[in-house]
Amino acid sequence: MQRNSASEAGSARRDPRRGRSTWLRHLHHVVTSNPVTLIAFLLLGILLLAAIAGPSLVPYDPLATSSRMQLKPPSWQHWFGTDQLGRDVFSRVVVAARLDLMISVAAVALSFVAGATLGSLAGYFGGWTDRVVGRLCDTIMAFPLFVLAMGIVAALGNTIENIVYATAIINLPFYARMARAEASIRRNAGFVQAARLSGNSDLRTLAVHVFPNALPPMMVQASLNMGWAILNAAGLSFIGLGVRPPTPEWGIMVAEGANYIVSGEWWLALFPGLALMLAVFTFNLLGDGLRDIVDPQRRT
Amino acid sequence: MARSSKLAIVGGRLAEALPALIGIIVVTFLLTRALPGDPAVQFAGPAADAKSIAEIRKSLGLDRSLPEQFVIYLGQLASGDLGQSISTGQPVLNELVTRLPASLELTLAALLLSITIALPLGILAATRPDTWIDHLCRLVTTAGVSLPTFFTGLALVYVFYYLLGIAPAPMGRLDIVMLPPPTVTGFYTLDALIAADPATFRAALAQLVLPATTLALFTLAPIARMTRGAMLQVLGSDFVRTARAAGLSGRTVLLTYALRNALLPVITTLGMVFSFTLGANVLVEKVFAWPGIGSYAIEALVVSDYAAVQGFVLAMALLFVTLNLVIDIVYTLVDPRVGGEG
Amino acid sequence: MQRRQFLAGAGAALAGPELLPHLKSSAAWAAAPTDTLVVAVATTINSLDLHRVGTNRPSYQVTVNCYDRLLTFDTKTMPDGAVVYDYTKLKGELAESWEISADGLSATFKLKSNATFWDGTPVTAADVKWSFDRAVSLGGFPTVQMKAGGLLKPEQFEAVDDTTFRIKFLRKSKLTIPDLAVPVPFVLSSKVGKAKATDKDPWATEHFHRNPMGSGAYKIERWDPGQQIVYTRNDKWVGGPLPAFRRVIIREIPAQATRRALVERGDVHLAFEVPAKDAREMKEKGSAKVVGAPIDNCLHVLATNLTFEPFKDKRVRQAIAYALPYQQIFDQAAYGRGAKMWGGPSSAPSSIAWPQPFPYSTNIDKAKELLAQTPFKSGFEVPLSFDLGTAEWGEPTALLIQEGLDKIGIKATIDKIPGANWRTVALVEKKLPLHLENFGGWLNTPCYYFFWSYVKGALFNSSNYDDAEMKQLVEETLHLEASDPAYAPKIKRMIAKAFDDVPRIPLWQPYLDSAMRKDIDGYTSWFHRQPDVRFMKPAKA
Repeated sequence: MQRNSASEAGSARRDPRRGRSTWLRHLHHVVTSNPVTLIAFLLLGILLLAAIAGPSLVPYDPLATSSRMQLKPPSWQHWFGTDQLGRDVFSRVVVAARLDLMISVAAVALSFVAGATLGSLAGYFGGWTDRVVGRLCDTIMAFPLFVLAMGIVAALGNTIENIVYATAIINLPFYARMARAEASIRRNAGFVQAARLSGNSDLRTLAVHVFPNALPPMMVQASLNMGWAILNAAGLSFIGLGVRPPTPEWGIMVAEGANYIVSGEWWLALFPGLALMLAVFTFNLLGDGLRDIVDPQRRT
Repeated sequence: MARSSKLAIVGGRLAEALPALIGIIVVTFLLTRALPGDPAVQFAGPAADAKSIAEIRKSLGLDRSLPEQFVIYLGQLASGDLGQSISTGQPVLNELVTRLPASLELTLAALLLSITIALPLGILAATRPDTWIDHLCRLVTTAGVSLPTFFTGLALVYVFYYLLGIAPAPMGRLDIVMLPPPTVTGFYTLDALIAADPATFRAALAQLVLPATTLALFTLAPIARMTRGAMLQVLGSDFVRTARAAGLSGRTVLLTYALRNALLPVITTLGMVFSFTLGANVLVEKVFAWPGIGSYAIEALVVSDYAAVQGFVLAMALLFVTLNLVIDIVYTLVDPRVGGEG
Repeated sequence: MQRRQFLAGAGAALAGPELLPHLKSSAAWAAAPTDTLVVAVATTINSLDLHRVGTNRPSYQVTVNCYDRLLTFDTKTMPDGAVVYDYTKLKGELAESWEISADGLSATFKLKSNATFWDGTPVTAADVKWSFDRAVSLGGFPTVQMKAGGLLKPEQFEAVDDTTFRIKFLRKSKLTIPDLAVPVPFVLSSKVGKAKATDKDPWATEHFHRNPMGSGAYKIERWDPGQQIVYTRNDKWVGGPLPAFRRVIIREIPAQATRRALVERGDVHLAFEVPAKDAREMKEKGSAKVVGAPIDNCLHVLATNLTFEPFKDKRVRQAIAYALPYQQIFDQAAYGRGAKMWGGPSSAPSSIAWPQPFPYSTNIDKAKELLAQTPFKSGFEVPLSFDLGTAEWGEPTALLIQEGLDKIGIKATIDKIPGANWRTVALVEKKLPLHLENFGGWLNTPCYYFFWSYVKGALFNSSNYDDAEMKQLVEETLHLEASDPAYAPKIKRMIAKAFDDVPRIPLWQPYLDSAMRKDIDGYTSWFHRQPDVRFMKPAKA
């Protein structure tokens, strides 16, 4: 049964430019045949809802402190309990979704675009372009990545933009290398030569015929990176280089809450930790699902 | 013809590693100089006056221009001098020599643990794609990679040490009452085995379990994911189908033909995971008071300890460049797609 | 092999194999501490020599435990049973006796004749002189601290004979004798020092950095930088009663939660310096014995910087002092582990006690009223900074201050500054408009506190407070005996000015708390805020 449906989909999709309706049908197929991906899409919906409408949904002001409600365990009034300053953890967790998604999306988008451009240029043209890009990637990759991120944020200053830049820089080589590998393998392939002979410019050939082949592995990478981007920001927070207080952010909440685990106030770290995990989880599962949609290999 | 072109590529890769190293030295130098804070002030200590700060700035060579400082730094590097760390008061080289084995032991233990779990999981998932086993593998590994390591670490400490009392105290590489084994490799577990000292071996292993598990949980997903992806690709390829058609048993096909071919991308991923883990274990080291180079780097960065940061990054970079080089060379030698024109 | 050589080279001789069986079988110590004490600390020691340039604060504990000074402070027991040092009572450590000359311009010390360094050579007045010369010559912190006690030049120190040492005073000062009991004027072996000195390093700092040679209660058995330091008892110590523990292991455990877990589970005997929250909870739960005392002459303050426009106006500073939610800060940032420093009865101090509560308390109406009298009545924006290293109390405090200031229209944005940068921008360049500061003076007199934090140019005057009268008052009182009839009125005037001008707004006086197993006793709180393990002992059953 399973095998059947897979080969069906495979035969329907040899040419990536077959048309929108096939694509949608395939999306439908992937989502229905793979319950995990369906769950991922649902989770993404929840995350997006929290990110877009979070501040107007939450029951309390996420910044308001209260001297009477300090460190209260979860209850009907405060679903996720309250923190050391009496702030409502639930409200803070929900409101933080927007910032965390923004950081990860921005960082990954930046490194994806920059890495893909540099990488495919390097792979397609070869020569000194390849050498320069290759050395740039080697240099970045040779750093302990998290420490490089620490160094960048420490040197440039403790702001959200710098966290995004640092995360983008440390992820760039992954994309550049993948794009380069695919482009260099395919630049002499028959269908690429055919495209060039039929009068397409180099850049057009690269963008339309070569680059799409690099997308599947890069999508997998992007899915992982979305999560890593958030975790990276959380790690920076743990050593004090993260987002500024009192801005709610999952990483910093887990980092601060971690100090309260031993004293029994587990809810401080657990709920933002779960939110963080949920978001990273969603991105990772989504990545898999996306690959099923775009990757022709996967369906044979 | 193909052979000589491959050799040329390998040689080229070796030569290409050099610019990366130079790039690292320059970037690290500039990055440390861009760090906020004045090491002279830090070094001068509490209650120092302007005069003593100026004296120290001079003695540290920080009163000179950046290009001058860089030339001096290069000269020191050339003579193998990595300078003196402010935060621990030791020569940076000594620190690296004593701390690197600690970090490597932890990282390798974690990777070993991770591979023994992730590889079978990946293969299992690839042979039964889209079944509940596949989904479960995905969920489990993904859940592992979705947690910040410092949180997992503290949670493990809380449960296994604080509540249950089965794990040893998170106080570094050995229990306080034990003495480290005579140094051969710098890995306490191996050294204890070499010294035929089972008690120390057990103690060192016990200290490793929680931090290694923390890191392993984090690295399961990329390895399992890449194994599954690569296996799926290979299993769908023509030669596996041919082998199956030729009547070879499923097990033989899976383990000899498919796995061997699928290992290539997995090894590449391992290289990346290794470098990532070595960088990421700074946080785990902090939680477990593990005396590795990661925790050293954090401290150094926070107090703008130039020499320590530079030495640390350089050591790590050398390690990674070597590793990447080896992986690249292996890849070049093995992959038929790279190197042969057309 | 390399590691061994390194350790041996560092003078930290590895414990011999004969110790091994003992160590392995000694798991019993965990049940009853008789022989070895295990201490968890948060911070890294970076040198065994306090005088060396670049030695950090945590390293001072080596000086406390391994070296002797001429004098030390006696201890006293507080009403709650905590043992703290007594600033008013001095006793000899290396000195058997001492006397001040009739003219009050010199002091003569008689050394204990049986005092020896660890290598067996006797401690002589020449060693004391060499060590004192070293402290005033090397520059940096030791020299500054010596200077605070009026000890500036080697010519002031004289070795009269082997056991007689004399200090000539440049001026009479009440700070000179107490300054001999702080960690800085410790006595090293001049024989070793002279042997290891080089032209570039005449005081052998590179040698003593790793290889101490003192006469103190403990010797260094090994030092693994960034990990641990192990002390072994010096059985020939004459500076005080012989310590109860033969060995002390000081382990660096960076994670605060781990330190708490370790002491609650009994795997370490003492967790030095625990955060206020842990201290309170462990005390309430009874999971560990918590001993703490207010740190003398230390205040957590909100400092306004008078070089920045809104804070030049005294009324703005007073408005802020009325806008702070003191009680909430005390509950949620200090967890009640401290002495309240607000709500004082009157703007005229009735005593010279220091620190004492300032006459401000939370009063938003009054704050608004004061602000309304200034050009800043519609409020302003200002960054509120704190040192990342003090985030434990700094962050909740800053958040609550931010909320309080918001009520009178002042919008504060919080800025965490990493440790390396903090000293530069806050104390050296003094360019933070509004920030949290926590200076504490080693010598426990009000004039000493004011000298460091209310005089233009002083290191801890991060407010850039500049007042001619205050400066003169500090100069007049710093060296004056407290018994002098002129002293008290001048101090009162200083405190009254601090009340009225409020460049520094006190929040509370912090405690230094440590947690220990219930079978451990003898913990002593010191002004230097370092673990003194010499008096630790098993509790009586």
